[in-house]
Amino acid sequence: MGFQENLLSIIIFLPLLGVLFGAFINKDNKSAIKWFTLIVSLIEFIVSLFLVIHFDSSSVGMQFTEKYTWIPVYNIDYRIGIDGLSLLLILLTTFLTPLVLLGSWTYIKKREKEYYLWFLVLETGMIGVFASLDLILFYVFWEAMLIPMYIIIGVWGGPRRIYAAVKFFIYTMFGSLLMLVAIIYLYFAYGAQTGTYTFDLLKLYNLSLPLSTQIWLFAAFALSFAIKVPIFPFHTWLPDAHVEAPTGGSVILAGVLLKMGTYGYMRLAMPLFPIAANAFLPYLAVLAIIGIIYGALVAMMQPDIKKLVAYSSVSHLGLVILGLMALNIESVDGAVLQMINHGLSTGALFMLVGMLYERRHTRELSEFGGIAKTMPVFATIFMIATLSSIGLPGLNGFIGEFLILIGSFFARPIYAVFAGTGVILGAVYMLRTYQKVFWGKITNKANEDLKDLSAREIIVMIPILIMIVWIGVYPKPFLNIIHNASESYIQYVKPQAAPIHDQQSTVPQMPERLK
Amino acid sequence: MELNIVRYILIFPLLGFLVNGFIGSKLGNKAVGWIASITVLLSLSISVYVFIQLLSMPPDARLITDTVYTWINSGSLTIDFKLMVDPLTAVMLLVVTGVGFLIHIYSIGYMHGDKSYSRFFAYLNLFMFSMLLLVLSSNIVLMFVGWEGVGLCSYLLIGFWYEKDSAANAGKKAFITNRIGDYGFLLGLFLLASAFVSKGIFTLDFNTMAAHISLISPQVLTIVGILLFVGATGKSAQLPLYVWLPDAMEGPTPVSALIHAATMVTAGVYMIARMNFLYVLAPTALEVVAVVGGLTALYAATIGLVQNDIKRVLAYSTISQLGYMFMAVGVGAFSAGIFHLMTHAFFKALLFLGAGSVIHALSGEQDMRKMGGLKNKIPVTFAVFLAAALAISGIPGLSGFFSKDSILAAAYASGHTVIWLLGFITALLTAFYIFRLIYMTFYGESRVDKHAAEHIHESPKVMTIPLIILAVLSVIGGYVGVPQLLGNIVGWHNSDLFVNFLAPVFHTMPEHEMSVSTDSWLMIGSITMAFLGVFFAWYVYLKEKMQPAKHAAESFAGLYRLLLNKYYVDELYNAIVIKPLMWISEFFLWKIFDVWVVDGTVNGSAHVTQWASTKLRKIQAGDFQVYVMLFLIGAISVLAYFVLR
Repeated sequence: MGFQENLLSIIIFLPLLGVLFGAFINKDNKSAIKWFTLIVSLIEFIVSLFLVIHFDSSSVGMQFTEKYTWIPVYNIDYRIGIDGLSLLLILLTTFLTPLVLLGSWTYIKKREKEYYLWFLVLETGMIGVFASLDLILFYVFWEAMLIPMYIIIGVWGGPRRIYAAVKFFIYTMFGSLLMLVAIIYLYFAYGAQTGTYTFDLLKLYNLSLPLSTQIWLFAAFALSFAIKVPIFPFHTWLPDAHVEAPTGGSVILAGVLLKMGTYGYMRLAMPLFPIAANAFLPYLAVLAIIGIIYGALVAMMQPDIKKLVAYSSVSHLGLVILGLMALNIESVDGAVLQMINHGLSTGALFMLVGMLYERRHTRELSEFGGIAKTMPVFATIFMIATLSSIGLPGLNGFIGEFLILIGSFFARPIYAVFAGTGVILGAVYMLRTYQKVFWGKITNKANEDLKDLSAREIIVMIPILIMIVWIGVYPKPFLNIIHNASESYIQYVKPQAAPIHDQQSTVPQMPERLK
Repeated sequence: MELNIVRYILIFPLLGFLVNGFIGSKLGNKAVGWIASITVLLSLSISVYVFIQLLSMPPDARLITDTVYTWINSGSLTIDFKLMVDPLTAVMLLVVTGVGFLIHIYSIGYMHGDKSYSRFFAYLNLFMFSMLLLVLSSNIVLMFVGWEGVGLCSYLLIGFWYEKDSAANAGKKAFITNRIGDYGFLLGLFLLASAFVSKGIFTLDFNTMAAHISLISPQVLTIVGILLFVGATGKSAQLPLYVWLPDAMEGPTPVSALIHAATMVTAGVYMIARMNFLYVLAPTALEVVAVVGGLTALYAATIGLVQNDIKRVLAYSTISQLGYMFMAVGVGAFSAGIFHLMTHAFFKALLFLGAGSVIHALSGEQDMRKMGGLKNKIPVTFAVFLAAALAISGIPGLSGFFSKDSILAAAYASGHTVIWLLGFITALLTAFYIFRLIYMTFYGESRVDKHAAEHIHESPKVMTIPLIILAVLSVIGGYVGVPQLLGNIVGWHNSDLFVNFLAPVFHTMPEHEMSVSTDSWLMIGSITMAFLGVFFAWYVYLKEKMQPAKHAAESFAGLYRLLLNKYYVDELYNAIVIKPLMWISEFFLWKIFDVWVVDGTVNGSAHVTQWASTKLRKIQAGDFQVYVMLFLIGAISVLAYFVLR
């Protein structure tokens, strides 16, 4: 055991270790709980930065790999490792978690100890999903992470929290069980072909199955992830879950959990079953585009701000899926970056809506108006998050949107023609919301003496704002990290040889099975 | 030549924005106003320095670059944060920083006493940064950053007095209308990029594109040209996306002068001039530009004839003048378009600031029906306003005359007779509406409210000095581009300095020779139109005290109402686009489709399951873990099937 050899494991289990210690804190000592969990999550963030320091963005394949035998009878291993895609998603997780914890300090008013500890459990689950290279291990983390989120919505949520939590759980569970069946099938199929039985993802990539089999397996994975993303028309659990979830739950749900769906496509569904993936690809792209437009149009008419942001997520994630389906470096780079961007901008928006809710206990647009006057700092930060969300050049959202759209245009111009309307609609629903909340005269007495953000709330927002500007102005370090992961993905999925406009490609040979 | 000082043109206004944005409210208003102005003065000084550097270089090699860093690098695309100054950029830099600086100074006085003083100057500096980025960018993607940045500042400044619903609505409308244009612009950009990428060119640098433009098929260039122009119709307020500009007058008047007259709205013209290498190979696209420009020029001028709000008249005038510029670039006379862009920046900024001075004097009154007789009460404002009015009307010797004449001459010479005619008629209308404004505002009897009348005062020096400087520029600004026809009379060879300076930038269209006599007749014609317009305005609004206008309004009531209501275009857009879209979104997509169909199916299947499970009550313990267990059993059965089959 050494720090660097086991760095990834340390990062996965450090929050859980925190839970073990945190369990001994008296539940009435609320500030001790808050500070303890915050410090654990901050240490976690700092440790996760070592990944960046030691990450070699020029090398292809998985890094920080670890392997320990787990259940030898079935060749199930504890096998982890990350590439650029996982790295950024893990960083997003460790970055958002402390902010969410600090942001919940005044929002959560019951059973605090459990709340904060469940968040740490959740963090372990999320990082585990992004780091697993063994399908059973992946599945365990995938399911494990559902439980804390189910509890967070079900216990600290709004009035219809039980309905929302059960819907969230059953819907996701339904999908993931299909995936489990597919995983087990893969295990036996690989064994039948090669004589060795394994759940090792990297080995399973080399399995070659006939189209007729791939289609079923792909469908199982794809449906499971489609629910998670969510891709239209599997999205209806999302607005319910968001509206009922406490702020912290929403931030993590939108910021990280939805990315597990897009991550699943990129890491599992598409590269494992490339032939089927190519057959389904146009349909998924069309669903993604419908999601972009549909999500935006429905968001436009929502009277509840949180629901509006939830539908906007359907729109934004449609763009990410489109990027993954367009299968060129630009679009896939953009899709990965946009996963991060959405985590930042939508995370920020949910956080801000939560701050408003704490003050007014409502999220109805019609209750607000003119509060730029009473809460100028809040209004400014909300404006920046809005602009990030609508992809204003100079901020992070633009880079992702631009790369996805230009990449999809390269793939098929018609994709970008339709998806591009999201550029207009995004501005319509966000600016409409902004105007209704912040501009105009104060008509509602309750808004007359709203307190502007506290120092704590500003501290929660500042790191996100810094990232929003950083990625917009200087995205190169992020794109460098992403680059090889995108290339490998394309190499695995794309039926022909090297991508058309990429001469400097450094990716290994085409996998045998596609030739 | 690489010159790293160029980036400081951007850095200073950005610093001003940051300082005023973060700590402006603690600095005190005096400091805020001067910090903002000085940063722009510094940009102006560097621009002048760079301009002089440029002049010292041989005409064909006039190019200064400044590579800051690589911005986006993905797959086949490399987009640098790289700035460039060529003669075209230099002209834009001087106009933007020069007029910008004067308007900053003016604003110190105009915004005096506003409670959001520091916010105003922070936005204004951010605007300067974005606008300068737009003109300095060496590639089209970076230019788009500036393009959107100015749009943002426009939005924020139109909605500056956000407590007013009309201002808030106008800001939103401006941003969204521009986004519609940007959608077209982006598609054009994508098409251009994919065309170049497929030829192995992985950068969207203007000069690189220009060098390889012949690789691209003319059909593609035509579509790209038209799509980019869609973006220009948004930003530069042309048909059919001009609707946001009149409403934009809700912003503070210095904003109208700087953003919605002198600089931002000309970005579309600049863009087409910058992309001239593409447009000369896409004649159909250019034709579209010219036609839209010509129609807009006339269309907006007709609306301007009957408006009563002083700023609205100027707004429609701006749309109309921008139409002239598009007309110019559309017939391939890029230099003439940029020339008019420059002179227009002088006299239109002056008209707006002058109007601001009038409004300031009348304690906020903008309705010309409540003005009149101000000539002697605010003499400085009157004098400068008159200079600007003469310039825009095209009275010989003033700046507008030279630039407008060169546009009309180019239109006629290139065989666009109909376009020329549109511009020719517009010249008459322009002189008429602007002198209608002069007579209604400054001449005749005072119709000012009693209360406002007591407070009429000339503006402070901090406002009038910028006005005077702009007036001087409006008068003499045209002499940098004296047509050779007139130059020859006084024996001045190469009198058209402006065209010669810009010539290396522009890829020329086939030359059109025009006989000296045709050229002279055209000039005499447009001079006649200008004087006629002034005369009619004088006759109707001063001599006959508006009676003919009233008669006309009564006898052509339908037409009058049509013009007064701006052809009902806003109402039309509302009825055929906005309302249906909202209705479909709310009722059909959300309340019926999403709630009933999609979610109904989900919940319905849940209910069916629940109903089925009541039949299977015996194995149902009501415990969540049991359900999970059952799921697992099911999964294992499937698994068993595959293993054992």
